[in-house]
Amino acid sequence: MQSVVGIDQSEVSANKERSVVRPNKGISREIVELISKEKNEPDWMREKRLAAFEIFLKKPMPTWGADLSKLDFDEITFYLKSDYGKYESWKDVPKDVKTTFEKLGIPQAERKFLAGVVGQYESEGFYQSLMEKYSKQGVIFCDTDTAIQKYPEILKEYFMTRCVSIADHKFASLHGAVWSGGSFVYVPAGVKVDLPLQTYFRMNAKNYGQFEHTLIVAEEGSSVHYIEGCTAPKYSSTSMHSAVVEIFVKKNAHVRYTTVQNWSTDVYNLNTKRAIVEEGGFVEWVGGSMGSGVTMLYPASMLIGRGARADHLNIAVGGPNQYKDTGAKVFHGAPDTTSTVVSKSIVFGGGETVYRGLLRVAKGAINSKAHVQCDALMLDDISKSDTVPTMEVFEDQVSVGHEATVGRISEEMLFYLQSRGLTEAEAMAMVVRGFVEPVVKKLPLEYAVELNRLIELEMEGSIG
Amino acid sequence: MKGLAIKNLSVSVAGKRVVNGLDLTVKQGEVLAFMGPNGSGKSSLAMAVAGSPKYIVESGQVLLNGVDLLKLKPDERAKKGLFVSFQHPVEVAGVTVASFLRMAYLAKNKGKKMGFGEFGKLLSEKMEQVGIDSKFASRELNVGFSGGEKKKLEVLQLLVLEPEFVILDELDSGLDIDSVAFLAKAVSEMVKTRKIGVIVITHYERILKFLKPDKVGVFVESRLRTVGGREIVKKLEKEGYVNFREAGV
Repeated sequence: MQSVVGIDQSEVSANKERSVVRPNKGISREIVELISKEKNEPDWMREKRLAAFEIFLKKPMPTWGADLSKLDFDEITFYLKSDYGKYESWKDVPKDVKTTFEKLGIPQAERKFLAGVVGQYESEGFYQSLMEKYSKQGVIFCDTDTAIQKYPEILKEYFMTRCVSIADHKFASLHGAVWSGGSFVYVPAGVKVDLPLQTYFRMNAKNYGQFEHTLIVAEEGSSVHYIEGCTAPKYSSTSMHSAVVEIFVKKNAHVRYTTVQNWSTDVYNLNTKRAIVEEGGFVEWVGGSMGSGVTMLYPASMLIGRGARADHLNIAVGGPNQYKDTGAKVFHGAPDTTSTVVSKSIVFGGGETVYRGLLRVAKGAINSKAHVQCDALMLDDISKSDTVPTMEVFEDQVSVGHEATVGRISEEMLFYLQSRGLTEAEAMAMVVRGFVEPVVKKLPLEYAVELNRLIELEMEGSIG
Repeated sequence: MKGLAIKNLSVSVAGKRVVNGLDLTVKQGEVLAFMGPNGSGKSSLAMAVAGSPKYIVESGQVLLNGVDLLKLKPDERAKKGLFVSFQHPVEVAGVTVASFLRMAYLAKNKGKKMGFGEFGKLLSEKMEQVGIDSKFASRELNVGFSGGEKKKLEVLQLLVLEPEFVILDELDSGLDIDSVAFLAKAVSEMVKTRKIGVIVITHYERILKFLKPDKVGVFVESRLRTVGGREIVKKLEKEGYVNFREAGV
């Protein structure tokens, strides 16, 4: 099957860099100004960037979670503009970029099962398409830079305002200062987008920071499924990815956000993803976190309207030299709200995963239900897995549950499968597939196949 | 010789000798009942032949059609045509019966191409033969199965994988009498049509009514005490293993 999330790093190595604007490494006020100028942004955005930059300077580095002491901002290039331009027809896309993306399965996937695609290379989107059927109904799907120019009113209202603010934490501030690219999805009231929309991010240059900003607004009674796939070729030096995703789920709307990330192991992957869910709304976070060296990622759901609901499903794979600090945050701020968190992690080859979760139920959020399930599967004795769940419940009339398991692959199980003719590696892969199945079955088929293949690839050579 | 030849096999588990100098031959198309009291080491034989890492082979050979299985990994033994049904089949969460069996089938039949649809047909045919509802194809392997359902699933695997030699480790325990009859007949049919060799490990006579043994071995306190004809079964039913116990010591 054709790869749809783009995975095999070996097949798709780095292209020659074709940047036309490449500021000096490190971050400064001048660089922030330059980015805004290059993008020809309106004043309100430039001011927002500069305000974010000031806050960034003042905020301390986080001291919990992953070790970030080796992350050196002075060694990172914060913005790269390539000479690729923007295209709405695939045949016009420059050949080298086209080849990269075709190897990764785009746009074959678009023809088959997507309603729209945005492609981003380095800092900016270069390709976008949306089925006419949906654009006619007022659906918007484009890169966020384009959205700033074309839909300033919507962006002004939602961009880093009440969901993820520029003062949230150091990386949110940094993001606010240097963000570039990402996707903007707007679904008008009552419109249901039946096929997924997909964005594909590719980091190509080395020592580069990617800061895409994704904003999804689903108006009352609408529904949409948005998918992101991310990769980067392998370099030995540090790169950084610090995205922000903001999702607004209005009354009775439904948003599913799916991401399969496969950064190379030199990438610091530090993201902020948050949804505000109004009355009767439903947000689903489905994530597969492969690759990258250090990952910190805790999608958050703010359930602010009665009956709002959130499902968080995540798979984290921690192999050699990988540290995955992932989890979920859920705030129950209204009555009858429901949340489910299922987190599955697999560690091997000395890798480490941590489940870090925060569940807060506000006083007055009566009849709310929350359940957290985190399971870790350890394939050997040199790897580590940990669980740090925090629960703050200020209302009595609620149902809150937490289960955590840490398991090893049992010898009996492997032997049983082997006795039926599966090799040890096949048996191990089968047990792992079974372990992640509750999350994988939520993915579109193409992604499910891809994710399983990915996990097997990651495990290759580390078992047996 | 076509069949299974066990030569001077000694096995220990956790430092304790559980099979002591066993010699036993079962030809293709032959059924041997391997009987003995609880804890005599019967299951240890099955597990050691299958290649369980817990069981340490101290000495001996186990030849299947002339190939020494003890030199092979468990999956290679299966590929040579061995099938051991487990007394306690293991639960594997998240893996459906159908996907597991298809993988096992393809592992056994290397190079064969078989899509999900085609395999599904084969599977439902076999499921009918062992009296398993076709819904089980999409159930997780052994998860939440009753004891009897697990045993049926073992026989289902046997029918799908079509081995040349089968060891049934207390297939009859935990099964009602109707199911014993049904499963035993299914295996018996394979003996007739495919000339498979079978070792039936059991405490009880009842399974042997439907899967008629050509030979009966009595295994007591980790040693094979005698091998004879079907008349031994009657004798055991009447007298128990006491005489064999004394005879050996």
